[in-house]
Amino acid sequence: MKTGTANIRNLVTRNIRTSGIYIAFVLIIALFAILTDGTLLSATNVTNIILQYSYILILAIGMVIVIIAGHIDLSVGSVVALTGAVSAVLVVENGAPWWLGIIAALVVGLLVGAWQGFWVAFVGIPAFITTLAGMLLFRGLTLLVLGNISLSPFPAEYGEIAAGFQNGLLGGKGFDLFTVVIFAIAVAGYAFSAVRARRNRIAYKQTVGATPIFILRLVAVAIVVMWFAWQLAHARGLPNVLIILAVLVIIYTLITTRTVFGRHVYAIGGNLSAAMLSGVKVRWVNFGIMLNMGLLAGVAGVVYSSRSNGAQPAAGNMFELDAIAACFIGGAAVTGGVGRVTGAIVGGLIMAVMSNGMQLMGIDQSIQSVVKGLVLLLAVAFDVYNKRRAGAR
Amino acid sequence: MSKNILEMRTITKTFPGVKALEDVELDVIDGEIHAICGENGAGKSTLMKVLSGVYPHGTYTGEIIFDGKEAKFNSINESESKGIVIIHQELALVPYLSVAENIFLGNERRGRGGLIDWNRTNHEAMALMEQVGLKENPMTPVGQLGVGKQQLIEIAKALSKEVRLLILDEPTSALNDHDSAHLLGLLRKLKERGIGSIMISHKLNEIVDVADRTTILRDGKTVETIDMSEPDSTQDRIIKGMVGRSLENRYPSRTHDIGEEVLRVENWTVHHPTQTGRVVVEGAGFKVHAGEVIGIAGVMGAGRTELAMSVFGQSYGRDITGEIYKRGERIKVRDVSEAIRHGIAYVTEDRKKYGLNLIQDIRTNISSAGLGKLSSHGFVNGNKELAVAEEYRESMNIKTPTVLQTIGNLSGGNQQKVVLSKWIYTDADVMILDEPTRGIDVGAKYEIYTIINRLVKAGKAVVMISSELPELLGTCDRIYTLAFGRMTGELAVTDATPQALMALMTQEREQEPMIKDKEVLS
Repeated sequence: MKTGTANIRNLVTRNIRTSGIYIAFVLIIALFAILTDGTLLSATNVTNIILQYSYILILAIGMVIVIIAGHIDLSVGSVVALTGAVSAVLVVENGAPWWLGIIAALVVGLLVGAWQGFWVAFVGIPAFITTLAGMLLFRGLTLLVLGNISLSPFPAEYGEIAAGFQNGLLGGKGFDLFTVVIFAIAVAGYAFSAVRARRNRIAYKQTVGATPIFILRLVAVAIVVMWFAWQLAHARGLPNVLIILAVLVIIYTLITTRTVFGRHVYAIGGNLSAAMLSGVKVRWVNFGIMLNMGLLAGVAGVVYSSRSNGAQPAAGNMFELDAIAACFIGGAAVTGGVGRVTGAIVGGLIMAVMSNGMQLMGIDQSIQSVVKGLVLLLAVAFDVYNKRRAGAR
Repeated sequence: MSKNILEMRTITKTFPGVKALEDVELDVIDGEIHAICGENGAGKSTLMKVLSGVYPHGTYTGEIIFDGKEAKFNSINESESKGIVIIHQELALVPYLSVAENIFLGNERRGRGGLIDWNRTNHEAMALMEQVGLKENPMTPVGQLGVGKQQLIEIAKALSKEVRLLILDEPTSALNDHDSAHLLGLLRKLKERGIGSIMISHKLNEIVDVADRTTILRDGKTVETIDMSEPDSTQDRIIKGMVGRSLENRYPSRTHDIGEEVLRVENWTVHHPTQTGRVVVEGAGFKVHAGEVIGIAGVMGAGRTELAMSVFGQSYGRDITGEIYKRGERIKVRDVSEAIRHGIAYVTEDRKKYGLNLIQDIRTNISSAGLGKLSSHGFVNGNKELAVAEEYRESMNIKTPTVLQTIGNLSGGNQQKVVLSKWIYTDADVMILDEPTRGIDVGAKYEIYTIINRLVKAGKAVVMISSELPELLGTCDRIYTLAFGRMTGELAVTDATPQALMALMTQEREQEPMIKDKEVLS
């Protein structure tokens, strides 16, 4: 059987766009680990990074789909605030049960998504404008709902969502065995699916990477992930929010890579006219994309209000920019058609590690902002450069 | 005997793989109206781009002598500064700027301190507008004026630059009769003032009417230059020059086994999507049977693509009226997914712009229109998809190491095979192919013809739109001709000659008689 084995250089150059981001991620971690004398990688700090940036990552998942389709959503920060505010008004102010707050937040998120989807998909207002208006609109509604004051605290159950941990379910000496087991299962699952995908590709006579490289990659991933699990297990255990995040990443990776809807999103972003002429119902797909973004903004709203244990009028300010930056750093194309959920997550983590590292080093907020801005600019410049080289023909 | 203002000698221009122009000669006498004729792809536009500096000196061979001196233009600006002004088919005016602003765009009339002198601008604009017979307020935004008037503004703009030689590319193709007559009159007036022009046109009656001499191009070569004052310089004479070549054995033979009627379109009228009131296709109709290839012939802008796209799920135009029948039953085709459901496929003229997602791989492009067949409960079966892509790679002979290759990296011929695969996979009964062999080399063309033959052998109906008459004559069973949005004729391929088709394709609206050959096949 002829399978063809791509050599390393070929593999690297072909995948530089997607793998470059992982290399950059490792380098940035290494840089800040050294600069902070290892504090960055300490057990508590690793946990902190997850807790602190979870809502940005959740937003980035929805945002990358929006961006792949060639749109943008500037309103998510305001939607985070609004959904959290609605939840707080119900739960904190009116004493509704905590789960009703969650449902209400998600419903409000969906309503916002439907509203913006209507304007973008059926009226044809560019998403930039629709969501710019939404940014103002939903911020205003937040202030209205909250009556310009902060509301807190939530009941303890609500706080568990973002601040709670799964710990001690299986015991363990000085560390949480449960966390380690869960991660071990996850790694095994990843390895299993990777091997199966590889077998399939060989069966369909497609090019695959060389076997040693494949094994090396699996081992590397396993080591990194298990080390990460070890760190979490030594701190406070498995954060609930990490479970939420993992579930969302898996679901949305499936949606973007395996479903008809996902294909249509890429088709619209890659060539709108061709998508239309191939029978893609562009309007409904666009509506679905915005609806989904609203829902995820609602999820992020719940997580954020849970973590901050209340709702503030200024909550979620500038979140949209962090989420958008995460997508572009993660390899999404400015012109649409290209991007990955995992890429957006890594992009978000790069931002998270940089902010966290600089905070640990006591670098001034102003410099932090400058550095983050430059990183975003360089990431997109890299994308544009790549495209120009590839699209010259 | 007047002198030549322009002499183009042995102009040869090659693009990778194609010789667009070969030893082309063109003489233009000072102050004459010189027409250039030829089929689509004969090299007319390329020649004008060489002349105006769009293709800078050095990218072609041969020499251009303008006004007695050798000209080596490196850009449009250089040719314009010598007085050669080209007016393209697609007008280059800014719709939100006023007439006066457009006339002096890039050439603004400045007063004290470098600021624009609006009084002078508008005053001079009015003088120029009068010369071209345009009675409008110079402050009117151009977008509010019709195409005919916009064309006049382009000419006024050229006059403001002290033009010596005006080049018009299909100047009247978008104009109605009244505006066309006015424009041609204006060209004559300019000629009296000593300003000559080169006019590229498909409207042969206009050429006979207005041109002093006509140069005919064919396949990138000069065929001849005709003096239009000779008594035998008729439309037929020009047509003969344009198509005068024999059909070579470039088309694979096939059996003609024609079955029942699959698709019939009747009374099809389509309006322009943005220019209200402009009719692009008027009362057109055609039918196609299983196992049959029909051709739709027409010059560029005749409404061929517009006809096909409007039939294909109303992808073009507005206020579309008419009936579509599938196997004798009337069907409604309101969007593309309905068209696909009814078994209609449309392979676009511009595959890069409308047919492919260039940043994705071959596999994804092949499956993009037939994802429904590959998925259950909204999930795409990735393995089956790969298998399908592999199957088509083999059966269509798509030359690529893997179907995971990004499609932008393939040659035009292979890209076209991917587009065809995509539509064949939708199990369409009717394949509308719009210029399926444009921009691909001869070998790949032969392969495409072979694929078409395979399709009709399998009982599919094929509608082929092409600018190349030999291609239509070599592949079709029946050919419809489309001119200015109307069907002007229907010929069995056995009765069709290039001359007859060209005459029908250039038939003007006023001329009533149509060659109707309905009995040929039924």
